[in-house]
Amino acid sequence: MNNERYRGTLKNLIRRREFGIFIIIIVVMVLVGLRNPTFFTSDNWKDMLMYVSILAFISIGQMMTIVTGGIDLSVGSVVALSGMSVGIIMRDNPALPPLVLILLGTIFGLGCGIINGLLIGKGKVHPLITTLATMSIYRGLVVVVSRSRWVVYGDITKGFRLIARGNILGINNLMFVAIIIAGASYYFLNHTRKGREIFAYGDHQDAAKFVGINSTRINILVYALSGMLAGFGGVLWVSRVHTAQANTALGYEMQTIASCVIGGVSIFGGVGSVFGVLLGTLLFGIILNALELIGIVDFWKLSVQGFVILVAVIFDAVLSHRVAEQMRKQRRVFDAE
Amino acid sequence: MRSEKEKSRGSSLSDMLKSWEFTIFALLIAVFILNLILSPDLFRIANLFDATLTFTEKSILTLPMTLLIISGVIDISIASISAMSGVILGVCYKAGMAIGYAVVIGLAVGLAAGILNGLIITRLKIPSIVVTLAMMLFYRGIGYVLLGDTAVRDLPERFGLLGGAYSVTSIPIQFMIFIILAVIFGLVLHRTRFGRLIYIVGNNENTARYSGIPVDNIRLILCGVTGLIAGLSGVLLTSRIGSARPDIALGNEMAVITICLLGGVYIFGGKGSIIGVVIAALMIGYVRYGLSILNVQEQVIRIFTGGLLIIALLIPTIAARLKTSARYPEGGV
Repeated sequence: MNNERYRGTLKNLIRRREFGIFIIIIVVMVLVGLRNPTFFTSDNWKDMLMYVSILAFISIGQMMTIVTGGIDLSVGSVVALSGMSVGIIMRDNPALPPLVLILLGTIFGLGCGIINGLLIGKGKVHPLITTLATMSIYRGLVVVVSRSRWVVYGDITKGFRLIARGNILGINNLMFVAIIIAGASYYFLNHTRKGREIFAYGDHQDAAKFVGINSTRINILVYALSGMLAGFGGVLWVSRVHTAQANTALGYEMQTIASCVIGGVSIFGGVGSVFGVLLGTLLFGIILNALELIGIVDFWKLSVQGFVILVAVIFDAVLSHRVAEQMRKQRRVFDAE
Repeated sequence: MRSEKEKSRGSSLSDMLKSWEFTIFALLIAVFILNLILSPDLFRIANLFDATLTFTEKSILTLPMTLLIISGVIDISIASISAMSGVILGVCYKAGMAIGYAVVIGLAVGLAAGILNGLIITRLKIPSIVVTLAMMLFYRGIGYVLLGDTAVRDLPERFGLLGGAYSVTSIPIQFMIFIILAVIFGLVLHRTRFGRLIYIVGNNENTARYSGIPVDNIRLILCGVTGLIAGLSGVLLTSRIGSARPDIALGNEMAVITICLLGGVYIFGGKGSIIGVVIAALMIGYVRYGLSILNVQEQVIRIFTGGLLIIALLIPTIAARLKTSARYPEGGV
């Protein structure tokens, strides 16, 4: 009874939060639109949505790690490493079909993710410190792999460019892919046993252990998925921007984390929804886009990102402390009855 | 806790051989010998000390970080605080302030940033790792907002002495600062009541709270001190490279945490010693020095330090498996 009520409140809270983000998105859009009408042009929206699409599915991978109570700081480096490796393979073998390249990039990402997962799951090392280390290792590997020679516009084959520019059913490929991945993740997280185990593990690690959830496997699974999505994203990234450099996607991990915390994923683990992350990504994308349109240059981006993450985290913490307090009071009433 | 104490005071040789401090000291000697083989010039005392110039800014940061991690908190915004302090120092000087006052402002900025971190961590009860992750971006961004991609270059020569000059004999001033700070931090941690409290807080936060120990205030003080030293590190670095820039000290937080963990500090708090960390700082410093003599790229050195960090992290797990089936506690920092 008690527990049901708790679940109910939690669900309500998440829904209310998603609605809140939706309202904020509309307010921000109107404000930015008033300030600079080019915001509403279809070209601007297309560019922004293409950016948001890649961010969205990498953020969904990030969300899975945060839901377990961990974090994956290496996604930006994995994007760069996968993008650079694929770019070089393409430069050396222009005849390779784009699908093979996509597959290769995804496998590279999966490999990086499995390494993270093994260290965290089997090595029992703190996720943040582990991925802080692998972030710098993978980033260093980008330079080693490239031998300090970047992949430039001329190296990109026409077929490869079409990955990002092409359409499926009238929708841009990137958006199409993001929607498919979001749908699959929603099904996986909410309607499969493994998916529910991820949430159970993040909600209460000890309790999860007692009901027989294998923590090692859960950790390997979420970091492998996060790495895989980042690797896949890396290929699409290079196809979108037509270059692969040493500093490709530098600091990208922070954007995925920001999207998650804005979207209501709790940094304490156990709470989060795919839909929330999609909204969070959209809001974050609009904020980044707005900064550019209003003429606030790159230099502000870092501070704004940090500030947005901080505000979302504080909001989240205050809210969850309050919910916990409420629960305690309710329980007292129940006990009295 | 007790065993740690016995270990450091233990007189029997076998205890000493087993201790982590001894292992890491042996590694330091090995690194020295390798370096000497690579470049016999290092053998001159002057060169030996010159080499420290490249890593002292990081080394001084490992000292407060050790105390902080032992108390169960971590700060990954330190490198950004260093950069912000350096930039604000430069901006103040450019605005016509005397360099002495600008340095004081730079240090004050570091202290303020540390206290702000501490307040958010302790008062709002948010995991330190997440708070400082956001602050890492925020502080770094402030540097960029103030200077963009420009730099303040015409800092006075007098100021440059702080980071590059030598005091008595051939010991650089920076290294002197490191040694003095190491002694102070060592005494505070190992010989005062406050130091004991840090261990208790890190060992079991709840027990400490129930015993009436001001857990939050202790952590707040440590966060403030860490910020202050991060500011000092930024000032020294700015002085050494001779210009205030927003992109300095990138990745220093990882280097500093690596050194702390290699020095035997337990990532989940409650264990560690200053002497171990000092030896680890020297070891990593000379490893990097040796690699740079070999003309190894900076990015490759970062792969190397990242790898070392992972090895340092795996040590407790492996040691636990080897020793007994006793499990290490899992949980957040």
